[in-house]
Amino acid sequence: MVSHPETASLPPGKVPMIFAIDTNRPFKFIDKFRISDSYGEIMPYISNTEAERRQMLERIGAESFEELISAIPKHLRLQGLLKLEAPLSELEMTRRIQERTCGNVCAQKASSFLGAGVYDHFIPAAVDSIVSRPEFFTAYTPYQAEVSQGTLQFIYEYQTMICELTGMEVANASMYDGASAAAEAILMAVRKNGLKKAILPASLHPEYVKVIKSYTEGIGVELITCKAKAGVMDIDDLTAKMDARVGSVVIQTPNFWGNIEPLADLGKVVHSNPKALLIVAADPISLAILKAPGALGADIVVGEGQALGNSMYMGGPLFGFFATKLNMARSMPGRIVGGTLDKDGKRAYALTLQAREQHIRRAKATSNICSNESLCTLAATVYLSLMGSDGLAEVATQSTQLTHYMAQKIASVPGFSLAWPNAAFFKEFVVNCPVPASQVIADLLDHGIYAGVDLGTFGQDSRQLLIAVTEKKTVAEIDDYIETLRELNYE
Amino acid sequence: MSKTIFEHSVAGRKGVTLPRRELNTEVKDFFPSEYLRETAPRLPHVSELDVMRHYIKLSHRNHFIEKGLYPLGSCTMKYNPKSHEALVRHSCFNNIHPCQPESTLQGSLEILYELQQDLAEISGMHKVTLQPVAGAQGEFTGIKVIAAYHRAKGNHHKTKIIIPDSAHGTNPATCSLVGYDVVELKSDARGRCDMEHLKSIVDDSIAGFMLTNPNTLGLFEDQIEEIADIIHSVDGLIYMDGANLNALLGIVQPGKIGFDVMHFNLHKTFATPHGGGGPGSGPVGVVEKLAPYLPVPTIGHGEDGYFFDYGHAETSIGKVHTFHGNFAVLLRAYIYIKMLGAEGLKRVSENAVVNANYLMVLLKDHYHIQHTEHCMHEFVADSLWQKKEFGVTTLDIAKRLLDKGFHAPTVYFPLIVPEAMMIEPTETESKESLDAFAAAMIEIAQECRDNPELLHEAPLTTPVRRVDDVRAVKFLDVAFSPGE
Repeated sequence: MVSHPETASLPPGKVPMIFAIDTNRPFKFIDKFRISDSYGEIMPYISNTEAERRQMLERIGAESFEELISAIPKHLRLQGLLKLEAPLSELEMTRRIQERTCGNVCAQKASSFLGAGVYDHFIPAAVDSIVSRPEFFTAYTPYQAEVSQGTLQFIYEYQTMICELTGMEVANASMYDGASAAAEAILMAVRKNGLKKAILPASLHPEYVKVIKSYTEGIGVELITCKAKAGVMDIDDLTAKMDARVGSVVIQTPNFWGNIEPLADLGKVVHSNPKALLIVAADPISLAILKAPGALGADIVVGEGQALGNSMYMGGPLFGFFATKLNMARSMPGRIVGGTLDKDGKRAYALTLQAREQHIRRAKATSNICSNESLCTLAATVYLSLMGSDGLAEVATQSTQLTHYMAQKIASVPGFSLAWPNAAFFKEFVVNCPVPASQVIADLLDHGIYAGVDLGTFGQDSRQLLIAVTEKKTVAEIDDYIETLRELNYE
Repeated sequence: MSKTIFEHSVAGRKGVTLPRRELNTEVKDFFPSEYLRETAPRLPHVSELDVMRHYIKLSHRNHFIEKGLYPLGSCTMKYNPKSHEALVRHSCFNNIHPCQPESTLQGSLEILYELQQDLAEISGMHKVTLQPVAGAQGEFTGIKVIAAYHRAKGNHHKTKIIIPDSAHGTNPATCSLVGYDVVELKSDARGRCDMEHLKSIVDDSIAGFMLTNPNTLGLFEDQIEEIADIIHSVDGLIYMDGANLNALLGIVQPGKIGFDVMHFNLHKTFATPHGGGGPGSGPVGVVEKLAPYLPVPTIGHGEDGYFFDYGHAETSIGKVHTFHGNFAVLLRAYIYIKMLGAEGLKRVSENAVVNANYLMVLLKDHYHIQHTEHCMHEFVADSLWQKKEFGVTTLDIAKRLLDKGFHAPTVYFPLIVPEAMMIEPTETESKESLDAFAAAMIEIAQECRDNPELLHEAPLTTPVRRVDDVRAVKFLDVAFSPGE
């Protein structure tokens, strides 16, 4: 690292950022760590100069910075500096990041068939153009409505779009991810009906199950598993387990394995207990072509929203959508935006039903959520606006076409077969492999292909591979995958 | 009146192009007809320019950091460096999938591993999880860890957590979610924990204590050692709400002064953008005896490189996020820490404290301030004088500030100060920016005398006038319908 000789390179008016002004120099180590001549290497994004700080301390009437923190007993203070790497300049940081990214193999370098909850859908450039506006990304939560109308209105539009897709009447401004949204839905069901027993299907995303367990064990929710049959929920097992103590049933469709659950029939079984709530976890892209869960008896619809205009980023940020019927709005978790009027009678937006939230209700709040995933929902809103219903249906259709093409092809490779040949699946399916799935993954990676997700890593069958295909894949890429698989000649 | 995007819709307009279909199959070939939607969802039909104009127009109706000072107490609305934004958008970050083999994620894992180490050093904690995606989820994780510790020790009689009356609302809400009862601790005349009250409520049923330090009055809880002794004497654990960590960087390591577990708000202290409400990130650090309970996986490092470490899965509280937390946010915080280093981070806190004290001194003759000793990174003023003399409330003052181009402080919080205005300028504001804010506040104090009616009318110049949030609850309108 280059150290700059004293202040020669500083712009006029700037002086080195030596903090201590006391003649006793309370921070002697500053000299030792040569702050004055390392100015060019440190970017603390602080505007004030040493001279300004001196003026400010004078106005405060303090001799030194140390005087300001006299409330901190001296023996509790850190002696010396934190043991961190020496600071990097922006240019050095850029080099560092370049180095690190070389350690990654991204979906642009390899052909990816990975899904399991995070999907590589096409994102129009206009999405990032809006999302990267500081007007949106450096703004705070829209508590001061008069200077937050931009954020409030897009959330209102987002809520509307989610209601349209899910067939529900009210959506919140987002949860952390699909998993925590499902967990919060179970907690909401407990608030509504007081029944602390919930049924989770074996076909539900295994990581959702883990998060649900974390979120519901504190209030003592008993979680029951409904078995799977032919790649979907076993309706007989559900019927057997539905009793008067069941407060909610979560159904994911398409489920973890990509299969569409027979929601209408399952919903009837769930509602055989009139108090029980049907919670549906849906893929938002699929809802362009599949019936809205709201039209099939769902009481709460949640899901992972990442596929709507958000990059994968190794699985975060994600965002959970959460929608329900109006008569349950007061039991919902999370922020909700409502339309209203301003003092002059003009249309305006504001956070509404805030009496549910932690900053008002504290220990009795419907959830502890504060920060959510707002900016991700802006991406979703812009994405859905650009796509429209036709564009989204086209994304869903092409994903379905290519997925089924892939499934048909892979089933023809010796040793490979579809786990459930008769299931209706959307953009993901499970294939049985003649060798451990991990071997297929390793072999195809050598050919620049991410073959899919090893179900063994989720505690399921390690000879099964979960393969996702979005509209970003081409027939040629799929053919290449199949050809490579044939050449590997496992049988 | 700003139209919704739905009102810009014209049948047939398109905002995107997609590839021509390569296959001639149809959706109905693959799904039973009863699964298929009969009517399309009502999404808008708009061109790309329609979309851009609409959302740019909305963006103009927001306050944001680059526009002006954002003095929200406990929210730490500091400047969000632009280099971070450019670097995180690298295609080898945004195009990576969480289920890729570890060998293809080494760059990202190395970053996360280093960030775990750096946050452990900054906090003085033994081990850090990066999985929680928000401060409140960090709290949830930390309190779950406390619960897991007590379960492992057979401390089944521990059912309560103590929380000061000055605490953020997320603290009690979190305890309820984990299944603990909350015992509220009073503040004393110095704005710190009332030690006599604390002693009177501590018994064997106490599982832990949640403390924000500096607290929400902007004061360092200087009795922390005694508090720790009392809580530890009944095998309770002390949680630090790290919302106010911006005051302590390189000055105090919470893990070294009695705290057992804490969360970080990367979107506050470490300059990642707030995004209009999120995404944030709330990593959690713990002392050594609590490390076995952290969520899995953490990031490990061995001979073969970096890996997802499930080593303590048996004792872990499990998972709080589908995958590995908010990677894109973690990445920004990593860049921030690496670019500042130990010296830069210390200067952040030093300047945050100087800025807050300077502003407090400028305002103290014009607004009542209950605790006038030197503050840390924030302080709480109130409108006691204005309310009593002129009938002007904190809400009025907050709205008038909007007219003058500033965001309002955090208002009516902490709850223990009536008509509170909690002010945190952050280190990134310059002296002239603080002077301008103080001048506006002083001008408002004068307006309260001269023309209180003006204050009730405020704001006058914002995109909309004072918004009727009572109406928003009474006539619930949460989704657009074409008839509107």
